Amino acid sequence: MNSSALREGTARVLFSAAAAVSVVAVVLICLFLFVNGVPAMAEIGVPEFLLGAIWRPANGLYGIFPMIVGSIYVTVGAVIVGVPAGLLCAIFLSRFAGARMAMLLAPGVELLAGIPSVVYGFFGLIIMVPIIRGLAPGHGPSLLVAALLLGIMILPTVITVARNALDAVPRRYYEGALALGADHERAVFCVVVPAAASGLLAAVVLAVGRAIGETMAVIMVAGNQPVIPGSLLDGVRTLTANIALEMGYAAGLHREALVATGVVLFVLILLITLFLNAARKRGGR
Amino acid sequence: MRRLSRVLRWLVYAGAALTAAVLLAITGFVLINGIPHLTPSLFEWTYTSDNVSLMPALVGTLLMAALALLMAVPVGVGAAIYLVEYAPRGSRFVRAVRMTSETLQGIPSIIYGLFGMLLFVTALGWGLSLLAGACTLAVMVLPVVVRTTEEALMAVPDGYREGGFALGAGRLRVVARCALPSAAPGILGGVVLALGRCVGEVAALLFTAGTVAQVPDLLGAGPAGLFDSCRTLAVHLYVLASEGLHIDEAYATAVVLLAVVMVLNGVAALATRMMEVRDRG
Repeated sequence: MNSSALREGTARVLFSAAAAVSVVAVVLICLFLFVNGVPAMAEIGVPEFLLGAIWRPANGLYGIFPMIVGSIYVTVGAVIVGVPAGLLCAIFLSRFAGARMAMLLAPGVELLAGIPSVVYGFFGLIIMVPIIRGLAPGHGPSLLVAALLLGIMILPTVITVARNALDAVPRRYYEGALALGADHERAVFCVVVPAAASGLLAAVVLAVGRAIGETMAVIMVAGNQPVIPGSLLDGVRTLTANIALEMGYAAGLHREALVATGVVLFVLILLITLFLNAARKRGGR
Repeated sequence: MRRLSRVLRWLVYAGAALTAAVLLAITGFVLINGIPHLTPSLFEWTYTSDNVSLMPALVGTLLMAALALLMAVPVGVGAAIYLVEYAPRGSRFVRAVRMTSETLQGIPSIIYGLFGMLLFVTALGWGLSLLAGACTLAVMVLPVVVRTTEEALMAVPDGYREGGFALGAGRLRVVARCALPSAAPGILGGVVLALGRCVGEVAALLFTAGTVAQVPDLLGAGPAGLFDSCRTLAVHLYVLASEGLHIDEAYATAVVLLAVVMVLNGVAALATRMMEVRDRG
């Protein structure tokens, strides 16, 4: 009796310790990022760091504004490319596809989700960049390719989350619309889609988070010039690329400035997570 | 009115067709270009600039993923057990765990890479190493394991647990004998998902595990081999593609990566089907 009580008690302590690990992990991540990044930000000067237009570590110029703009451009581009196609494909899988068609396409979407981002990057580098180079000589790695490639990469995220939201809409909504004389397309687009709106919004926000955080695929196709791109065919560097490209050899203030770039990215992602939770909560109500 | 419906229908078909086309283009591109380059010399044990062997990277992938899961799975499953089976609903601790777990899930892998570099490589002084890479990956996939295990446990009907309690079993025994076996396929699905992320990861490993193409010397040097730098297949592909010297070998590496992903997806699908069969039965 006593030994079993002891066993139960030990188990409870062990399990709660395991649960505490994720809290500890977040605290440690914040701690290490902020302790290493914030002093650099203070030394460079917050406005000079966030709004400075020139990134030239060799001359002590650490402005990440081009990278902030670059991340935003690339993400907006990816959303323009990936979200409409993804939502339409989710609607197809949820409401249009026959059982056999869905059985074929759904595993395909899962495969797309599982393909590592380097493989996407490799595809972009070998296939998409030369195509752009052929169409517009002198250009190649660019904002355009990065946006197209990221648009493809966020497809599975958008499709899976949006499909779950659409599948969760009660049948009677659709049937009610039919009873009122709507045809299939009208019932889906005017009743089912609005009913799933908060879930669809969550899908988009999740995709935005994935696009902002993507590193390797973007590095391979974006050109990576730390300058605000003037056109779709110009090269662009994102916040993530800035860290990954230079961390290998950076030292001193340069290295800390890269960690500070990570802090900016981290804060952006936290804001997106907050927004996502708000979207989900509204859906729950 | 009719016309609008028709336009909408074609739009939906176009969205699905585009997705299918993208899938076929990427897998076709990798397989058609890569399979002819899968030569025996790519699988030699040591890497030289002549054979550009992917074997060290393959072994590195297995070791890295195994180590990461060895750390992440027990902790993740334990955390999920606590959240579902032990914790009082809605306590402040549970809310904190849920919130941080969600936060972890949204953090981009490059941030994990930075964190791993600052903590394991620099602060703990492990250097670029297998161990530092595996620990970084473990933190990264932890929320995946927690969430999927939680969902699997919550799907277990309460009747199973009540039956156990009615027979006089303690909570630990009920968890181990009633809840966990029934949730096992779901947990397996989560582990496979986590494994997939480990296999495909690059950004979190560049500055924690490094890019040296060697098999960590665990057999010769014992645990000291944990502190060797090594690369995974995904890192290998990135290095080859960005150097641009060995594109054929890069294609072949992509094929191996894709094959691994396909096998993992198959296992995950099987696990899902087992869950569905159980739910119906």
